[in-house]
Amino acid sequence: MRDFVDYLINNYEVWGVIPRPLLYLLVMIASSAVILAFISVLVMFFVWLERKVAGHIQDRYGPMEVGGWHGWAQSIADGIKFFVKEDIIPALADKPLFVMAPIIVFVGAFSAFVVVPFSRSLMVADLNIGIFYILSVSSLTVIGIIMAGWSSNNKWALYGAMRSAAQIISYEIPVGVALLSAILPAGSLSLRAIVEAQSGGFWNWFLFRNPPFGFIACVVYFIAALAEVNRTPFDIPEAESELVAGYHTEYSGMRFAFFFLAEYANMFLVGAIVTTLFLGGWEAPIFSAALSGLAPIIFVLKSIFFVFLMMWLRWTLPRLRVDQLMYMSWKVLLPFSFACLFGVSAWILLQPPAVWELVAWILTVCLLGAAGWILLGNQAQPTKVLRAGS
Amino acid sequence: MREYFRNVFVAVWTVLVGMKVTWRHLWSRPITLQYPHEKLDYPERTRGMLFCKIEDCIGCLQCARACPVDCIFIDAPKAPKEVDLGVTSDGTKKKLFVTQFDIDMTLCCYCGLCTEPCPTECLIMTDAYEETVYDRSDLLLRFAKKGVSY
Amino acid sequence: MGHPWPWVVGYEAGLNMLETADLLKEGIKEELQSDEMLLNMGPQHPSTHGVLRLVLRTDGEVVKEAVPHIGYLHRCFEKHAESVTYPQVIPYTDRMDYVGSMNNALGYAITVERLMGIKVPERAEYLRVIVGELNRIASHLLAFGTYGLDIGAFTPFMFAFRDREKILDLFEEISGARLLYNYPRIGGVAKDAPPGWLEKVRAFIDYFEPKIKEYNEILTFNKIFIERTANVGILPLEMAISYGVTGPNLRGSGMRWDLRRDDPYSIYDRFEFDIPIGTGEMGTVGDCWDRYWVRIREMRESAKIVRQALNQIPEGDFIAPEGLKAIKPPKGEVYVRTETPRGELGYYLVSDGSQQPYRLKVRSPCFTAMSVFHEIARGGMIADMVAIVGSLDIVLGEIDR
Repeated sequence: MRDFVDYLINNYEVWGVIPRPLLYLLVMIASSAVILAFISVLVMFFVWLERKVAGHIQDRYGPMEVGGWHGWAQSIADGIKFFVKEDIIPALADKPLFVMAPIIVFVGAFSAFVVVPFSRSLMVADLNIGIFYILSVSSLTVIGIIMAGWSSNNKWALYGAMRSAAQIISYEIPVGVALLSAILPAGSLSLRAIVEAQSGGFWNWFLFRNPPFGFIACVVYFIAALAEVNRTPFDIPEAESELVAGYHTEYSGMRFAFFFLAEYANMFLVGAIVTTLFLGGWEAPIFSAALSGLAPIIFVLKSIFFVFLMMWLRWTLPRLRVDQLMYMSWKVLLPFSFACLFGVSAWILLQPPAVWELVAWILTVCLLGAAGWILLGNQAQPTKVLRAGS
Repeated sequence: MREYFRNVFVAVWTVLVGMKVTWRHLWSRPITLQYPHEKLDYPERTRGMLFCKIEDCIGCLQCARACPVDCIFIDAPKAPKEVDLGVTSDGTKKKLFVTQFDIDMTLCCYCGLCTEPCPTECLIMTDAYEETVYDRSDLLLRFAKKGVSY
Repeated sequence: MGHPWPWVVGYEAGLNMLETADLLKEGIKEELQSDEMLLNMGPQHPSTHGVLRLVLRTDGEVVKEAVPHIGYLHRCFEKHAESVTYPQVIPYTDRMDYVGSMNNALGYAITVERLMGIKVPERAEYLRVIVGELNRIASHLLAFGTYGLDIGAFTPFMFAFRDREKILDLFEEISGARLLYNYPRIGGVAKDAPPGWLEKVRAFIDYFEPKIKEYNEILTFNKIFIERTANVGILPLEMAISYGVTGPNLRGSGMRWDLRRDDPYSIYDRFEFDIPIGTGEMGTVGDCWDRYWVRIREMRESAKIVRQALNQIPEGDFIAPEGLKAIKPPKGEVYVRTETPRGELGYYLVSDGSQQPYRLKVRSPCFTAMSVFHEIARGGMIADMVAIVGSLDIVLGEIDR
């Protein structure tokens, strides 16, 4: 940001008239507005994509009418609908909290985007605590959710909010520890530095480096992040069939749209983080130097792939119960993420020559196969039952 | 310990199997029709809206008696001997005026029991199903026609 | 079993009239502790299969007591049956268990035939069995789909309804309607199968049997689904028998009891089929997964029966001559029970010799299944309530009539 402002002042005389701090402020506001607009459009695309993916998985079409070709304008129509809906606030609701809750959730989701690197120079702010900033700011959503549940004056909303708070707070820890497995090899919290540490082709991505712990860390982070954004199989806070709509039951119109947008923005944020930390960010898998001009597109495409993966999982899997969710966080994801952390630290400490990575991959695959055979194949139970279904 | 790792494995494996199924469905052709642009063809026995060809009605009241919810209202006074009411399309001589033949479709349960006893088969169930109206009284079907049935 | 009525408990606990009335309103037996919550899963709820009201007394997420309130769908079926003629009762029977209505009408038709001594022609018997078993498949598909929906898996619901649509199209060709068929009649069936219908049924059965494997892959053996349903809502066999639970719920608790084999009616003794029972392979015997797994396997058995019926069906009349005349049974009473997709449906018919039944009482299998709910729901979490109600596979139309 600073360099951009300096560049402006040095090359265009007219900008020198405005005092420097004010110019910084203006540029910050302008770039945040650009990011906000871009993410909003992307979120509208995701809403449409979700409905199409859901439709085709379920042997039906999804939106087809609005706009002609496969209902591409459906999101726009939904947006207009949200705008013109009546703003209903329950009579006994706690009005200030009720009004503030969606705003806090929205802020928590969107303000993390200022550090997301779309390319080497295309980011709003290159903080040197980049990933730490994202983790802390996206935790604001918990406060918003609890406020929403409490102020709705609705037992079911309260249940949803409480569950959500427990869920998000528990899953913060595997998220943090799994991300450490990607930060340690890079040596810096700054997102740009992390991507630059993965430059040179897809074999350098942290997903494939320090095998197998990089891969497991990515998977652990992805699952924990699914819980962070309240997506199935972790969507009990908004479990449609149990609690109608959980913590946002009583919200209608634009307020509900805020929650909705925040959820999809969070999903894109998760995709962006996975892309940045494990998949090499804006770098192309091959010919990375030649394709560097396409960097933002590559970044967005990679993130959209993960968003698609989240949608795919939503329409495949049933929902976990609260205690099973907690079990999974504390007893499955956390030990695995710690194991990854130790493993990655061991790799970094020992600094073996490159061929050991290949050996480690082969060893991992063999071990997985053997473990699968021992645990699944020999032990008749699951496969017998699995085969009995045919 | 072994149970723990087995659970993790089975969980991951079954999730992947489920994802394989949905992936296959994602790329297969949808089976739904784009109503109202495409509509289904209905078999001939479909029980849709009722229709009475009043020219063929002989006023026997069998349909009104067969209805389990009493939604058919027929008034069929005897015609004097001099009046010649003609015959139905299958040759039966008509002896009664049919001054009222009302079917209240808001009461009708679409069971088809009324169509079975009709001797001239003038009361049939069509395949019309898009009969939503703005005014409920439009669903009271009046089939008797002056000059035709009385 | 003997649970005392709520007002007795209130009186014995020393509460005054107003306090007792409050307890009576909810039907909760013990006084509310200070940190407990009374939660109402109201008549309008996405997960209760119909208009069912569940009042839960919960301590956090754990349910201490669950009281079902029914009656929201009561339409006076048994009173109606006293004022319409015997053939006119059949549309009313369709509307009790509207998901499996061929079996309801079949049970009623057999009741009247047994009272009058009517012999049903062979072809009609086979047609009844074919549509009855197809309806069993359709009903179990709906149970499977909506159970997945309750647990949170949205896709198996769509797959189940895709296959159910095919069955409903077959039913539309033979009877004219998709859900409330009015097809089995006293003395036989309403109409003969149209030409080509039997081949279509065979084509459907060939298409359907591999689909069960797909359902198993996406839902039955999914670890998350197993975690949600195994060891949840365990119904011990003695409790099931003592409450009178029948059908897949009883078979899920381990007892191999099926009226089609143990008290055969119609021509079921001519078919070979297995009776699946729950064996607790994923958890405990009698948990939700067992009941669900029994239903999945029963679909396969019903497909087997339909195939055998298609091979054996003769030509002939589709209704007995007595069925075409006015139905006037002799004075007397009869009780007939049949195996519907939900359990043992019983019709108790008292006739006074006229054209209208004197009294028709229905023994509903879902009613007994619901009556055992409060026992098996105790100690579960709120999410388990939904799983248990879904595994009992109730249809409120039959509970309330």
